[in-house]
Amino acid sequence: MTEDSLKLSHLQVGSRARIASYLSTDPALRRFREMGMLPGTEVRIVRLAPLGDPIEIAVGASLLSLRREQADLITVIPDKGAPTDPR
Amino acid sequence: MKSPPPDRSSEAKSSLRDAKPRVFALVGNPNSGKTTLFNSLTGLRQKVSNYPGVTVERKEGTAIGQHGEPIRLIDLPGAYSLNPQSPDEEILRDVLLGRRTDTPRPDAVICVIDATNAERHLYLATQVLELGLPTILVLNMTDLAEASQIRIDPEKLSAKLGVPVVPMRAHRRAGLPELRIAMSRHDLPASGHQVPLPEEIHGLLEKTHAEDSAHARHAALYAPGKARELLDSNQEWEDRLIAARYDSIHELCEDSFHRSETEVTTLTDRLDGIFLHRIFGWLVLSAVLIILFVMVFFGGELPMQGIEWLFGKLAEVIQAAMPPGDLRDLLTDGIIAGVGGVIVFLPQILILFFFIGLMEDSGYLPRVAFLLDRFMSRVGLHGRSFIPLLSSYACAVPGIMGTRTIDNPKDRLVTILVAPFASCSARLPVYAIMIVTIFPTERVPLLAKAGLLFGMYALGTIGIFCFAWLFNKILKRDTSAPTVMELPTYKSPSLRSVLSQMWDRSKLFVRRAGTVILGISILLWAANTYPKTPGVDAATQSENSFAGKLGHAIEPVIEPLGYDWRIGVGIIASFAAREVFVSAMKISFNVAEDDEDEAATMMQLRERFRESKRDDGTPLFSPLTCISLMVFYVFALQCASTVAVVRRETNSWRWPLFQLGYMTLTAYLAALIVYQGGRFLGFA
Repeated sequence: MTEDSLKLSHLQVGSRARIASYLSTDPALRRFREMGMLPGTEVRIVRLAPLGDPIEIAVGASLLSLRREQADLITVIPDKGAPTDPR
Repeated sequence: MKSPPPDRSSEAKSSLRDAKPRVFALVGNPNSGKTTLFNSLTGLRQKVSNYPGVTVERKEGTAIGQHGEPIRLIDLPGAYSLNPQSPDEEILRDVLLGRRTDTPRPDAVICVIDATNAERHLYLATQVLELGLPTILVLNMTDLAEASQIRIDPEKLSAKLGVPVVPMRAHRRAGLPELRIAMSRHDLPASGHQVPLPEEIHGLLEKTHAEDSAHARHAALYAPGKARELLDSNQEWEDRLIAARYDSIHELCEDSFHRSETEVTTLTDRLDGIFLHRIFGWLVLSAVLIILFVMVFFGGELPMQGIEWLFGKLAEVIQAAMPPGDLRDLLTDGIIAGVGGVIVFLPQILILFFFIGLMEDSGYLPRVAFLLDRFMSRVGLHGRSFIPLLSSYACAVPGIMGTRTIDNPKDRLVTILVAPFASCSARLPVYAIMIVTIFPTERVPLLAKAGLLFGMYALGTIGIFCFAWLFNKILKRDTSAPTVMELPTYKSPSLRSVLSQMWDRSKLFVRRAGTVILGISILLWAANTYPKTPGVDAATQSENSFAGKLGHAIEPVIEPLGYDWRIGVGIIASFAAREVFVSAMKISFNVAEDDEDEAATMMQLRERFRESKRDDGTPLFSPLTCISLMVFYVFALQCASTVAVVRRETNSWRWPLFQLGYMTLTAYLAALIVYQGGRFLGFA
């Protein structure tokens, strides 16, 4: 993880970021890339489920729901000026 | 590319009549509107079965082409990629590559993509196009694309891909004639479009598949083999392949899909603002779930009573028309009662699938899963398990059938295994007679009654969560299935799709589960009837029957639970359906059936229960026995219909038999703990 990248799960609702890398080689994560979440692609955090998990993100024209444990495996580079969660 | 118009000469027609119908496969992402299109093309000419060896449903139908010729249409499972990550996706790959012996390799493919999300949908579509089968690309939901201010140019896309592109609104049946014309074309082209392979992969295929055609090399990217193995072990290559495909898709879409520069707030954005809101979201969800539950639980009641009445009348008519004898009894008590016992489930199945169909088709169902996922994940389940489990509190049969909306095979199996712990409506008669027997006064204090009932529901719910947690620990995840879930665009549901699903489910239930249920009820009728003891009353006859003997035989086993052989007969007789316990008890305890006044017969049965003594003179139905029996019925799988439905949904006898075993064991142990623990604490 480089200095200005952080985990997808740490982004705040409404913020945008570009996918940087995947922290796991688990083949299950291949599906995320096949669904358009390639490094360099912009994602937007749409909302959290009312219970805090899963997270809804927008990738291209798709709305996807993923669990926090998986969002933890994806690093992103936030767009400039985007608010982030201090955690 | 401009292709010649379809051939309509009479010569072509007559040659068609003799030819075997062509086979088309319908392919697309989940939520592409593929199933709606399948229904529109085939109407009621559909056949649903299972792919042998797996639990994936196989849907095939007959479409009618432009010249009235039949076309076989296989609705392949929805998938995101030819590189499978679930049994459903494996089926799609294997059929398209001609790797299944039970399904012919299709002659042509109809590939459905959602025009509002063309890039993502084209990922699978371009993979399929590269296999070299003649293909029609259906651009679905063009109305929604218009609403999102996406201008589409189908001709340009068609020119680039070299296959016909048909814009459609499958929900409104717009574009069907154009599709039919394309399907009847005998010169349907295959696409020449190919994603430029990254150099390493190109070189790899040169080595592993030197002799093969370009199409076969593309197929080698997905089928198990050398090339696939190497790709699996080299994530970087795989990623380059995915990136190359998306690059090529962006190029394809550049000219044919024009998005507006300004960001459009879609209907989906606005609706999600309410449906997924932290306060309103729960309100809407509660309202939806309450309506669903009330409709399945109470809405099914009236038609069910109607069906019971009808079959009762039918039995009466036969009783009056035929001379008494075994054949008459077999007809009325075995067959008619059995068929009635199958049909009686239909109202609940129809109602549940009406709601599931509406929610699935409109796009609300994944939102339910989104809201409840955190809650369900505590015991290792997915949010999608919630509705099937909730429905099981009305009846496990529709509930288990509803698990087909859970896409992860393991989550689905765990949900099926624990669903029958939900206290369904068939347990209520058993609870009711036990509760009135516990109390010395005829009028049961309302609070005590509610408390006991609540306790039974709570116990079943605890069973669901404990065993879900346990099975989740034991069962390994069979595939590395991702838990990413798409939240599709909302659309107004098509009534035709909903009705078609209701029809399919009912037909499957009657045909597959119905035969098993009928068989078991005839078997149980025989066990309760034979051997005959002439000239004795019903209670003695019951004692001398196979069931009665079996009741005696298991007495030593059930004695530690506080039961005697008569209760044993009730348990055995009610194996087919829990509510039969009450009527079996009426026979064993010599209570005459009085159709006019059911409450009176119940009170009479209660009296008999309270009078009956064990051999040592202590009362048989002590409060402790009653509670032990209720607890037994909370956990036991006393329902042949559930067994039959699980057999159908898991496509094997292994799981229903396992379920029967573990639930009966749990019921036995729980009742044992209640009875022996109660005695230890000094209760009688």
